[in-house]
Amino acid sequence: MEMINLTIDQKPVVVRKGTTVLKAASSIGIDIPTLCYMKLDDMNIENKPGGCRVCVVEVKGRRNLAPACCTEATEGMEISTHTIRVVNARRTVVELILSDHPADCLICAKSGNCELQDMAHHLGIRQIHYQGEQSMYREDTSPAIIREINKCIMCRRCETMCNDVQTVGVLSAVNRGFQAVVAPAFEMNLDHSVCTYCGQCVAVCPTGALTEVDETGAVIRALSDPTKTVIVQTAPAVRAALGEEFGMPAGTLVTGKMVAALRRLGFDHVFDTDFAADLTIMEEGTELLTRLSAYMAGDQNVKLPILTSCCPAWVKFFEHQFPEMKDIPSTARSPQQMFGSIAKTYFADKIGVKRENLVVVSIMPCLAKKYESSRPEFSVNGNPDVDFALTTRELAHLINLGNIDFKSLPNEEFDQPLGESTGAAVIFGTTGGVIEAAVRTAYEIFTGKPLPRIDFEELRGMDGLRKATIDFNGTPINIGIAHGLGNARKLLEDIQAGNSEFHAIEIMSCPGGCIGGGGQPYHHGDAEILKKRQRAIYSEDKNKTLRKSHENPYITKLYDEFLGAPMSEKAHHLLHTKYFDRS
Amino acid sequence: MAEYNMHILVCGGTGCKASQSELIKTNFKTRLNEFGLTDEIQVVLTGCFGFCEKGPIVKILPDNTFYTQVTPEDVSEIVEEHIIKGRKVERLLYKDPETKAAIGDAKGMDFYKKQIRIALRNCGFINPENIEEYIGRDGYAALGTCLSEKTPDEVIQMIKDSGLRGRGGGGFPTGLKWDLTRKSESDQKYVVCNADEGDPGAFMDRSILEGDPHSVLEAMAICGYCIGADKGLVYIRAEYPLAIERLKIAINQAREYGLLGNDILGAGFNFDVEIRYGAGAFVCGEETALIHSMEGKRGEPTVKPPFPAEKGYNGKPTNVNNVETFANIPVIINKGAEWFASIGTANSKGTKVFALAGKINNVGLIEVPMGITLREIIYDIGGGIKDGREFKAVQTGGPSGGCLTKSFLDTPIDYDNLVAAGSMMGSGGMIVLDDTDCMVAIAKFYLEFTLDESCGKCAPCRIGNKRLHEILEKITVGDGKIEDLDRLRMLSTVIKDTSLCGLGQTSPNPVLSTLDHFYDEYLAHVTSHKCVAGQCKALMHYSIDAERCTGCTLCFRNCPVGAISGERRAPHYIDQSLCIKCGVCFEKCKFDAVLIA
Repeated sequence: MEMINLTIDQKPVVVRKGTTVLKAASSIGIDIPTLCYMKLDDMNIENKPGGCRVCVVEVKGRRNLAPACCTEATEGMEISTHTIRVVNARRTVVELILSDHPADCLICAKSGNCELQDMAHHLGIRQIHYQGEQSMYREDTSPAIIREINKCIMCRRCETMCNDVQTVGVLSAVNRGFQAVVAPAFEMNLDHSVCTYCGQCVAVCPTGALTEVDETGAVIRALSDPTKTVIVQTAPAVRAALGEEFGMPAGTLVTGKMVAALRRLGFDHVFDTDFAADLTIMEEGTELLTRLSAYMAGDQNVKLPILTSCCPAWVKFFEHQFPEMKDIPSTARSPQQMFGSIAKTYFADKIGVKRENLVVVSIMPCLAKKYESSRPEFSVNGNPDVDFALTTRELAHLINLGNIDFKSLPNEEFDQPLGESTGAAVIFGTTGGVIEAAVRTAYEIFTGKPLPRIDFEELRGMDGLRKATIDFNGTPINIGIAHGLGNARKLLEDIQAGNSEFHAIEIMSCPGGCIGGGGQPYHHGDAEILKKRQRAIYSEDKNKTLRKSHENPYITKLYDEFLGAPMSEKAHHLLHTKYFDRS
Repeated sequence: MAEYNMHILVCGGTGCKASQSELIKTNFKTRLNEFGLTDEIQVVLTGCFGFCEKGPIVKILPDNTFYTQVTPEDVSEIVEEHIIKGRKVERLLYKDPETKAAIGDAKGMDFYKKQIRIALRNCGFINPENIEEYIGRDGYAALGTCLSEKTPDEVIQMIKDSGLRGRGGGGFPTGLKWDLTRKSESDQKYVVCNADEGDPGAFMDRSILEGDPHSVLEAMAICGYCIGADKGLVYIRAEYPLAIERLKIAINQAREYGLLGNDILGAGFNFDVEIRYGAGAFVCGEETALIHSMEGKRGEPTVKPPFPAEKGYNGKPTNVNNVETFANIPVIINKGAEWFASIGTANSKGTKVFALAGKINNVGLIEVPMGITLREIIYDIGGGIKDGREFKAVQTGGPSGGCLTKSFLDTPIDYDNLVAAGSMMGSGGMIVLDDTDCMVAIAKFYLEFTLDESCGKCAPCRIGNKRLHEILEKITVGDGKIEDLDRLRMLSTVIKDTSLCGLGQTSPNPVLSTLDHFYDEYLAHVTSHKCVAGQCKALMHYSIDAERCTGCTLCFRNCPVGAISGERRAPHYIDQSLCIKCGVCFEKCKFDAVLIA
């Protein structure tokens, strides 16, 4: 490995060839500010258009200033990061960006989380010397994402996520010069585009240009309506991230406190989406086994591999991009929708409340869940199975509005019957979790034998594409895992070409799975946060007494009392769905 | 061309074509046919002669007669008088602007006397749609020499020795660029011709492609041989339909003659050329933006390094040269590096094509040796300032160049001197300004262009240029403050220092150079709210001289906003609060009673 010697602010530093000036500086404790730059370490996600010019530094012998984020360190370089020329340029550039940015910080959805606001503060900007016309664009609202592109600073992070990582291709720069902005083609509305609502654009937007649709007001109104019974379900990834909104370290599990907070907010029943995740495994696992058995019996028409269908952004992705393959994914609804469906039938009957008077709220790490709950096939006579899908961030706002000191809350338990879950359900929150949960159940049903081990380390990790072969007592089952839609696309193209070796594939749209969802607390480009959330998820699984979905006693009871058996006609009606060609 | 006794060359450049030069050609053919002369006299539609000011141009060889502003109706007279009777048509001959004497032989025209035509050698001489005519003037001889007698390294050394530098704006040594691309290892390399000519007023690349497309194709093939590429791409803006058409014809002819395609001249060398169209974005002249545009991506630049020589089109090593640069190559091979290097100055060799425009008598395209002075260009070749007005400045280098004043009139023009003077060579735009041009308005005009053409990728160019423009706008409408002048300078400096590509790094040049050379003019705008050139309308004050006013009411009747009042046969009066400074009263008054201050 070739090494490079250079000096930064007169300090000598030795780095590997190929290292950027930014990284070289940070290795010796020089923290050059950046704005558009973003890198998720070890996840192969990097945005460095060199567009904001905030990270410029002086290089001896060079005519103009160089952007540290995309300038490679070379032998003998002499870098100065805070000469008056650099500081003046850096401040001027940020002032220019601010001069074309709405100054409504006090009421901006991103206030407190805005990287531009932080930068202005960091550089001590008190005055904008170059005032002038501001860009005016119309606001675009969709079922999940609001685009307020007057606030776009052309960092292009959303474009990187939408194009390079997700290969969805909705967001890209349009127009030129002062009018340049990131938008869908022809500046069409997001809901007319092929947007999957994965929300990764929102997750990385440094400003308030891209935010989620805020439904907290509607939930507060429902909670204060005496004619309504309001119940809540919480997705597995939420408990591994919610604490960050209250200053707790990333990776702190706050399941008990979250339940306590929801109860204090006035929800009549605090349930767990994990219950529905166990139910999903029963349905999807059975579907997998049915297809597998038919395949092994020589049925040529059976569709393999089976693809998971829990992720609504992924579902919308293949409906747009691979409509000819819409009969391959499992027909099982997502846990959110299974929960809604069971809540508004089985549970509503149980407590004697009419469907119309039962309000189901879900707390999700996800923006696509907002869209999913609005899909017409998931409602009965106009009444949706899930009324409101809030993000982890929205829940934090609700908790604040409820004057709740989150950190000092006691740990409380979920209500029953829809609050019981197994460890298999918890790991739905991370990439690889759904398929591991499915394997735990499918193995035992397929082989009729207890699992020799519960933890399938070979299915875990953060690599975008993973594969493993699980020995189903002599029958090798090939499993594929993809997170990030770009990775999913590769697997789908293999299937299309007839080259897929897999029997089952798990796909999650967001890098890292739901822990990295578009509705989670902002990670600001720190991939470590995602890894810590992942570890928290696995530790919750480990601490559960029950770790296989089919062992959930309330699931057994649900089948006994209501559904009959997995894939029964009733189950089909309530727990399965169909897909549409949206190409 | 030998079999004919006489040749009638009709300019087929875009400008002359727009003035019916094709009909002129047809009329010549018809008339000659009537006289049974079609076997003796050839009529050729050529590329641009450069003397666009007086187009359409018709040149008659061998006597070198140069007819200007010819109309289709003039053809009969030329045929009957000149061709049949041997008497030149006086009224159509070029007249010397000073002596007013008609000049019979083009060699006697000052416009051509100081020009040396290398890149434009064939423009106005040959039919660009006939490869035989190109071959007849040593065309493809250079390619033959390279393939049969020289190794790629020898050719590159020749280009290096010639001292040729990029004519598109950057001025990077061409030989070195070729060498870098040659040394990049790859299974596939590309030669790209940058024909995305975007400077307002500049049209040398278009003229070369319209007038001599084979010279570019030949040079691209030579470049491909040198760097190890078998594929060439011409990136040309779709607004150049004639150039595209002639280029297509040339490519097809070159393929038919085995000068493009596989096993060229039996030397085992394969090379072919394709055309890629640009949508006319100025920034796509920047090589990384150009490459992205060719790849079907948004035309915006990326940070260099990596340079295209390492990672260009489709990630492969790519050599990008401008049209004019390529047009020089075959001549260097044919006449030798030493010959080429003998023309020009120490670090700028050969010639440069300039597009002369603005307040100059001879608007057009000229090719002059490096080292010539501005004075020679403007007064000898350009015929001086229009209407005998006073020279004020010349803007060189296109929208991102700077303005040079009288004090630079005797500076030898080359890459380095222009930069030292606060401007640049650019692609060779040269716009001459006289004392009626307001320098603040000029700076604003150029900034308007870069503002429109910025891709918007980096913040200083996207927002900074907008703010610069706003400040200039403020100054030209009389709202400027003295501190705005410092602000202009400081912001300009930061934009130059921090912008991502050449566009932003140079866009404040017109502002900075006018601030440097015409600070008084700025000062007059912000302190006494005066525009000395009388161009900034908002700063003008119209009043009526009661002594001179006869009360004819013409101004009163023509004022569009009713700002003028007064009785018939009594002095009129302008209400300043209503006046929109449109100047109609001034134009209409027959008694010079409307005063402007």
